[in-house]
Amino acid sequence: MARILMKGCEAIAEAAVRAGCRFFAGYPITPQNEIPEYFARRMPEVGGSFVQGESEVASVNMVYGAASAGTRSMTSSSSPGIALKSEGISYCAAARIPIVYANISRGGPGVGAIQPAQQDYFQATRASGNGGFEMLVLAPSTVQEAVDLTYTAFDYADRDRNPVLILADGVIGTMMEPVELPPMKTDEEIAAIKASKAKWACTGHELDYANRAWIQPGQWNTQIMQQENEKAAALYASWEKDVQVEEYMVDDAEVVIAAYGVSARIGRSVVDLCRAAGKKVGLIRPITVHPFPYAAFDHIDYGVCKAVLDVEMSIPAQFVQDVRMGVKDRCPIETCLCSGGNIMSREAVLRAVDAILAK
Amino acid sequence: METNLCVAGFGGQGVMTLGKFLASATCDATDKNVTFFPSYGAEQRGGTANCFVVISDGAIGAPLGDVMDDLIVMNGPSLVKFLKTLKPGGALFINSSIVDEKDVDRDDVKVVKAPVTELALEMGNAKVLNVIMLGVYVGYTEVVPPEVVWETIEHKLGSKPKLLPLNKAAFEKGLELGRAQK
Repeated sequence: MARILMKGCEAIAEAAVRAGCRFFAGYPITPQNEIPEYFARRMPEVGGSFVQGESEVASVNMVYGAASAGTRSMTSSSSPGIALKSEGISYCAAARIPIVYANISRGGPGVGAIQPAQQDYFQATRASGNGGFEMLVLAPSTVQEAVDLTYTAFDYADRDRNPVLILADGVIGTMMEPVELPPMKTDEEIAAIKASKAKWACTGHELDYANRAWIQPGQWNTQIMQQENEKAAALYASWEKDVQVEEYMVDDAEVVIAAYGVSARIGRSVVDLCRAAGKKVGLIRPITVHPFPYAAFDHIDYGVCKAVLDVEMSIPAQFVQDVRMGVKDRCPIETCLCSGGNIMSREAVLRAVDAILAK
Repeated sequence: METNLCVAGFGGQGVMTLGKFLASATCDATDKNVTFFPSYGAEQRGGTANCFVVISDGAIGAPLGDVMDDLIVMNGPSLVKFLKTLKPGGALFINSSIVDEKDVDRDDVKVVKAPVTELALEMGNAKVLNVIMLGVYVGYTEVVPPEVVWETIEHKLGSKPKLLPLNKAAFEKGLELGRAQK
């Protein structure tokens, strides 16, 4: 298949269109503006709808509505915008409405910095809104992976009737890289997906009042509410099978770099440089950061591993807490961090690896 | 083999377009890996703009490296900001219309000069300075074949065919200047 050079944000949008997404609503914020911009041009070409909402809250609720009507729907934003959308995300999780959204995250609390960062890890994996719901959180480290994960995210969302989050950063969002695009779903396939949701979605039930669709983001009855929460918990527990991780040269590694997203691709290049110099370095890269691939850390040979090096563009470190739960005190954990919109330096990671090897 | 290039200049000098043309050509006509990364700040027109292009036979880690193999500077402030990132023995391409070679305070880099602002004005369109500089870069480095880059420019300008002769002349002029300084 021919490869084409695409910007991460645009590639995410095109992948969504090809997956059958036919409704997008969003509100501008750097560095994800190319997602709504792309949809604005592309949606009319495929008979879909693009809406620039009057705010983040409005646009996420439009997506909640469109997905409730059975249409594959998406929104996107960047850190503070995602925070505003958290109410709507929580409603979608409560009402079990499948949506896909992307956070092209930036550099700190509040408005933060507009440059790339990985400062939203806890928000993404722990509490993307009120109420203790969970989501599959997919973290691409290349533009190709952003395409592939976005494409499958809609399948996951529909399978689980639950939101799915694409957690990327301003590097993945704004860089251009060659990609091969997945096949375009046909109108018939898209219609079949929508029809398959008729049992619960507001796809039109005419006068069948007893079997009408009812979208409920909460319950008045405490027993029913507890049952709904139990059903959701059972769903979350079933995600063990969906864990995705890349383990690269871990077996004999004296230093294992743990990183996700853009930091992981930089980490991988450090592994290659180190191996070329005869240094035994490996990488564990979670592709799903929730559920987290804790078991991958059991594949480290703790007899030879001097330390796990957590590499992330967040200060304070956040991802490290999951790394710690994987390592379970079997070796020390060091960190190599940057933040505020500064991009992880390969030299800094190399120095951190060398410092551990020199111990 | 991995080449890290930084292109820097004023907003409006076509710095991003230069980088994108090179990245597109590499994607379209070679089997190498390539990344293009624009550095956007909260900058205004006339502020600094820069982008990074990495071309590699292997997988690309950092789309913006710490050390540059090649550096293109289109204005003085970019020289001050980025010269320190160029590796010893690296190639520095300067827009010698407005960047003074005397300000290059390193003797361990190869300086390739091209007065692209003046040349573009002589050709009748100030905007083609980036295409001239792209020609200089490709002519000097041969990082990708020149004809591949031209095909990309031709394709990208497809909707504006009347601009093609000017851009062709600009690119050729650049190639000639780049090759002459090898």
